Amino acid sequence: MQYLLSVIFDAADLATDDEMAAIDVFNDRLQAEGHWVFAGGLGVPDTATVIDNRGGEALFTDGPFLESKEFLAGFWIIEAPDLDVALKLAAEGSKACNRKVEVRPFL
Amino acid sequence: MSAIDVRAAITRAHQQEWARVVAALTRRFGDLDIAEEAAAEAYATAVERWPADGVPPNPGAWLTTTAHRKAIDRIRRESKRDDKQKEAQLMYVDEPPEPLGAIDDDRLRLIFTCCHPALAMETRVALTLRMVGGLTVPEIARAFLVQETAMERRITRAKAKIKDARIPYRVPGAEDLPVRISGVLAVLFLVFNEGYLATGAGTDPVRHDLTAEAIRLTRLIRALMPADGEVVGLLALMLLTEARRTARVSASGELVTLDEQDRGAWDPVLIAEGHRLVRERIAARVAPGRYQILAAISAVHTSARDVRDTDWSQVVALYNQLVRLDPSPIVALNRAIAVAELDGPEVALAAVDRLGDPLAGYHAYHATRADLLRRVGRSRQSREAYDRAIELARNTAEIAYLTRRRDQLG
Repeated sequence: MQYLLSVIFDAADLATDDEMAAIDVFNDRLQAEGHWVFAGGLGVPDTATVIDNRGGEALFTDGPFLESKEFLAGFWIIEAPDLDVALKLAAEGSKACNRKVEVRPFL
Repeated sequence: MSAIDVRAAITRAHQQEWARVVAALTRRFGDLDIAEEAAAEAYATAVERWPADGVPPNPGAWLTTTAHRKAIDRIRRESKRDDKQKEAQLMYVDEPPEPLGAIDDDRLRLIFTCCHPALAMETRVALTLRMVGGLTVPEIARAFLVQETAMERRITRAKAKIKDARIPYRVPGAEDLPVRISGVLAVLFLVFNEGYLATGAGTDPVRHDLTAEAIRLTRLIRALMPADGEVVGLLALMLLTEARRTARVSASGELVTLDEQDRGAWDPVLIAEGHRLVRERIAARVAPGRYQILAAISAVHTSARDVRDTDWSQVVALYNQLVRLDPSPIVALNRAIAVAELDGPEVALAAVDRLGDPLAGYHAYHATRADLLRRVGRSRQSREAYDRAIELARNTAEIAYLTRRRDQLG
């Protein structure tokens, strides 16, 4: 079963060197233990463009779909047998990157 | 067998076997929805059949078997709608049943699943009452003063989260157990407290159905995890509190505080059992947790034949111990109430006044202050504190009591 671990943050600051080092250790562990699927950091919401092509013509809007203080700063996609395992990994991920993490299952 | 006997047998089977049936089905089918609906259908069938056929010699086994058949019928019906997953479930069901010994672990698994930390606290309470306690959705909705549809939605959402996010159906491992059991006990204590200090204008001030259910579920946990001291502590605390239930509300529906209660009306059987459990924990010589300390405080109160015989220094010492574990303002408030008896109301008032910020919206803070202000002769301020307490209180018996005390002020 796959879970999306979303990294939630409220400032444009990139990870510090210490945070990057901790994230590397965490990523290595995910890979070594077979949980790793994919991960990535995202540009700030200012870099986003929203496209709505449900009508006749694609509409492009500058900025994120949701204006909020907190935003998605990055994510992991992991493989875990159940939510308890996913929550444990998310807790360690949150510690490593020093940001909040949301856990959601893939359907 | 008379109709009354059959009805009693069904009620008994419901209380004793519901969780077992739901738990066994959840293990077999891996789906709380199917388990719950099949269990409900099995009980409905019992209501239909037992009056005519007689109560089966082993009601639990009869209900489990019937519920299994209902579940399989349901899956067959639904799998006609081309659901491969349901078909797969049915294959899995054809395995021989596991030996009966696993069943107790099943119920424990069910409790831990319903009390999973990924669910909101109120959802855990609702789900535990439904899946483990067997209360109906309307009963749970009534207990928590919410609309039935809202409660139905909450429970449905919780079951969907358990399934979709794959909350595991298992007892947590040794390393996680202490943390997770404390969540389970918190749920049971919430159920008990809602029964003991029921909120709302239209409800009984004490809901015996809820206190009894909380005690029954805590007994179940104790039977399943006899080595956990806090489980014993919580059970003792509930029993010693329940023992005073009938003395706690007057004939006119007013709260009777501990010092004014008719101690002859306390239930001696519950008190004896509660005291025995507290002694068992003291003998274990393990540092007590929160529930064990609260139970010990309750044991000191219920040991005194008269309020004047209460060993207040012992009560304060226990509160000191509790403050070290839980430095919350509510614990500090309760400690101050005991301090008033030991060192006088002025000392207690000074301690209570320091809690004004965090507890400004808590009725018991104002009620405590009102009483202390009355005792030191500051009537005008006492009246103001009573007014505030009455405004914030939600329990009808408590409001009646506070109103009388306020009106008695000179």
